Amino acid sequence: MMAKLLTPEVFMIVKVVAVFIIVLTMVAVGTWVERRGAAFIQDRVGPNRVALFGKFRIMGLTQPVADGIKFFFKEDVIPANADRILFVLSPIIAFIPATMTFAAIPFGRPFDVSGVHYFLSILPPATNIGVLYIFAIGSMGVYGIIIGSWSSNNKWSILGGMRASAQVISYELAMTMAVVGVVLSTGSLQMDKIVSAQTGLWNVIPQILGALVFYVSMFAETNRLPFDFAEGESEIIGYHTEYGSMKFSMFALAEYANMVTASGLFVTLYLGGWHFPWLDQFIWGSILAFLLKIAVVLWTFVWVRWTLPRFRYDQLMRLGWKVMIPLSLLNMVVVAIFLAYRG
Amino acid sequence: MKKEVKLSFWDRLYLPAVIVGMGITIKHFFKNLFTRPKNRYTVEFPERKKDVPEWYRGLHRLNTYEDGSVKCVACYCCATACPADAIFIEAEEIEDLDEEYPREKRPKQFIIDLHRCIFCGFCQEACPKDAIVLTNEYEITQLSREQGLITMEELVKTPKKKMD
Repeated sequence: MMAKLLTPEVFMIVKVVAVFIIVLTMVAVGTWVERRGAAFIQDRVGPNRVALFGKFRIMGLTQPVADGIKFFFKEDVIPANADRILFVLSPIIAFIPATMTFAAIPFGRPFDVSGVHYFLSILPPATNIGVLYIFAIGSMGVYGIIIGSWSSNNKWSILGGMRASAQVISYELAMTMAVVGVVLSTGSLQMDKIVSAQTGLWNVIPQILGALVFYVSMFAETNRLPFDFAEGESEIIGYHTEYGSMKFSMFALAEYANMVTASGLFVTLYLGGWHFPWLDQFIWGSILAFLLKIAVVLWTFVWVRWTLPRFRYDQLMRLGWKVMIPLSLLNMVVVAIFLAYRG
Repeated sequence: MKKEVKLSFWDRLYLPAVIVGMGITIKHFFKNLFTRPKNRYTVEFPERKKDVPEWYRGLHRLNTYEDGSVKCVACYCCATACPADAIFIEAEEIEDLDEEYPREKRPKQFIIDLHRCIFCGFCQEACPKDAIVLTNEYEITQLSREQGLITMEELVKTPKKKMD
């Protein structure tokens, strides 16, 4: 019975639904982890009151649900002078690429059942634009921010949008060039080849420089502190100044979904994907290893956020153009020379 | 004015400082994670209550004699002293004069408007009979303005100040 149900088509639907649910769950849990983690780092307690059925507190884990319900029932205000269509559209534009990017990331060991090959990523592993697809879709996310900030017709919003665009342009270059090192050493853009090339030795060890540049650029790409210039709530209120209710929540969701995807990408490119000693010989083990790695990287997002203050804008630009790009170029050249001499 | 700060190479690397900072934050994180809730700095209010100091000025109380009669003699001192005009007293005469506690007047009505009261403690200072005192009771909330008017019957029932 089960064997009959397991066709590639059914498996695909299950995968899509599962990935979507897991990413959204990670987003929800991520907000909770952020708030409680921040609280513990600052010697506070954090949200622990919201209880399931008014009884089971479970450390405030139901807080995201309460937040979601609150956002849904809030008044939806559109400013009088805003561009109505783009204003409504931009949270969606911000959110969709954030979840779409995950499609190319392999999250488990592929397996065969009765001669049929099953792979654990939504796009087929033979997609030979894997990395390219992720960067193409991933850089769409900033359009949501720019369009949202422009359509709100607010000077603070537009400042946030301008900062976001300048920041994304400067850091995307460094990020992409850092990944070129990985692509060079693998010899392929396919995500599954990148993962299998890291059997035994994860890319983070030979390409520590590239990993570092990618990691720092990741914070800039997801607009997280210390690079949250698009929001910068203490100086300009940010691109979502005029947004409220679920539309604001969509931007927040997009930020967290971007974080999940970025950590997924970092894990795949530098931390060996689903590889883990002993654990990856099982299918469940490989998925578990992948999720654990993502959780660790996600935690560092929170950890860094509550450690570092925001950069000044010129410092951000200097860091991007004068440090990150030369470093990623250096990484690329080192990898290229190494590959050329090894033959 | 432009201040030139010369940073050493080690400082300009940023990363060592970042790592030290992250070490500090994670230390705090684990310290709080493994501290039992009752030992944390935050006092989680309804479950845990902080002891207020002895001089705290909370909910009013009208003291009584052993026989249960109110000490108040309706002299209006407290109502006069009250800067917020929160005390309303209506006096009445006592017919059955007690030999042990000789008084001529007592309050017929003694109402304190808790929404006007600023808890300054002047009433307590003004009272010649130590009848009105402010206790340590601080959980004073009402759902309406009418409920904020507390009468003599309720004021008598306010628990006494805990004197340690």
